[in-house]
Amino acid sequence: MREQLVLLDNVVFKYDGQEHNAVDHVSFDVFKGEWLAIVGHNGSGKSTLAKLLNGLQFPLEGKIIVNGMELSEESVWDVRKRIGMVFQNPDNQFVGTTVQDDVAFGLENAGIEPEIMRERVKNALKRVKMDQFLNQEPHHLSGGQKQRVAIAGVLALQPDIIILDEATSMLDPRGREEVLETVRELKEENVLTVISITHDLEEAAKADRMIVMNQGTVYRNGTPREIFQLEEELISLGLDIPFSIKLAKSLRENGVEIEDRQLTDGELVKELCELNSRM
Amino acid sequence: MRIELQDVEYRYQVNTPFERLAIHDVNLVIEPGTYTALIGHTGSGKSTILQHLNGLLQPTKGKIQVGDRTIEAGKKEKQLRPIRKKVGIVFQFAEHQLFEETVEKDICFGPINFGVPEADAKLLARDALKQVGLGEEILGKSPFDLSGGQMRRVAIAGVLAMEPEVLVLDEPTAGLDPRGRKEIMDMFYQLHQERGISTVLVTHSMEDAARYADEIVIMHKGTVYQKGSPNEVFSQPEQLVELGLDVPDTVRFQLRLQKEMGVRFDKPCLNIEELAMEIKRVMKWGERS
Repeated sequence: MREQLVLLDNVVFKYDGQEHNAVDHVSFDVFKGEWLAIVGHNGSGKSTLAKLLNGLQFPLEGKIIVNGMELSEESVWDVRKRIGMVFQNPDNQFVGTTVQDDVAFGLENAGIEPEIMRERVKNALKRVKMDQFLNQEPHHLSGGQKQRVAIAGVLALQPDIIILDEATSMLDPRGREEVLETVRELKEENVLTVISITHDLEEAAKADRMIVMNQGTVYRNGTPREIFQLEEELISLGLDIPFSIKLAKSLRENGVEIEDRQLTDGELVKELCELNSRM
Repeated sequence: MRIELQDVEYRYQVNTPFERLAIHDVNLVIEPGTYTALIGHTGSGKSTILQHLNGLLQPTKGKIQVGDRTIEAGKKEKQLRPIRKKVGIVFQFAEHQLFEETVEKDICFGPINFGVPEADAKLLARDALKQVGLGEEILGKSPFDLSGGQMRRVAIAGVLAMEPEVLVLDEPTAGLDPRGRKEIMDMFYQLHQERGISTVLVTHSMEDAARYADEIVIMHKGTVYQKGSPNEVFSQPEQLVELGLDVPDTVRFQLRLQKEMGVRFDKPCLNIEELAMEIKRVMKWGERS
């Protein structure tokens, strides 16, 4: 039985002065231990969802329940202890003058004892493999390293959920892989439930579940395999499909009898090898 | 306009404890009307080179020829303005540089700064806005009321309005969704083809480098590691992988298939259709039963 961690029930949100709802009657849930990818074109409402989930904005209608608590102006501080967030720009979220100060910042705000604080800072930095950089200043770090420090800052507060709001979109390929690998490991160790808001369809293909947002509503909710069956439909929504699916399609058009939709290069290579040995 | 870098070196903060060699022995020619992609890791020197192309940085050794102007190490260089008009740079996250009250004023800022009369600048602004696919109705709006994608386009229009002969693009599509990325890249390619604008693209995307560039220049540890056509550069993908660089999806797939299926491809495939046909060929699909 999957344990429900977050519930959105008919959530509506509109920015002041805008004609349309940014989020329009959205309902879905998030289960403990899963990696949920939320995709959609720029302006589809996915970043607004992130802001609603940790109480930077509040719904005009409907409700959000996190760990059994309804999110409201009264409960927001308790909810934020459960949900940590990593934003897009590595340079906008580094508040400390050194790596360890930065991770300690959230703990200080939460009034944690210095002894416990030191322990947690060290542990969190170890988890993201940045414990060699305790006294480094932020400008000596790469974008990927800064984002890993931001993740450590979230981890130190021991939340249940981490939201990545396009957290890898400003990084180079190596930085992106570093960050995703870090989050993947944390998820494997059952430390965190991950909600990743992303444009990176290859990353989304590796999620447990995907939600496709379009014009403020949930367009589709399903496994990557189900979602990427939509193929052309996704492209018409301004999205893309993983490379292996495009290649498999082209192979089929050229008469090579590929069976299913292959979500990763590995799966497609395997099927081609099997076909090759059968011929 | 031709740009040539000869034995260029640049050190940051010379004669301080923070002195750092950013690029060295860089030799590079950008012929008029070509499309060049500059690739390499963060820290490989791409951005430092880019800032030399319009005289924002002056080499600490060597020289740069930009059109008929020479910028040499050790010489006081004045009047670089004409170069900056001819070589337009679209910086990463260009929308962060928007500052004016209206879209029109923001786009006109560059041309007016270069001495274009206001009335002409306004015409240029309208033309530039059209090129980036936005309508005139936003001219009177505050750039800060636009969506992220629109802001990016307005910032690009501000560079185009200066009518540059060379366009230097530093990761112009970072942070955009897939459709936005394709639209902007296609727009630059169209400008390149229709107006003969030389284009220098700094990118992490090997797909874009392979798709648009005539020549790819690979930077590694501050100097040019390799240059050539996409076909030449990607014909030895193992080297790039060793440097920790990406290769196009198609080439990455070829490498994996070679390894796991034991087949041999004769050449790198740079698009999906080509790869599908090559796979069919190496598997001898349809020839065996």
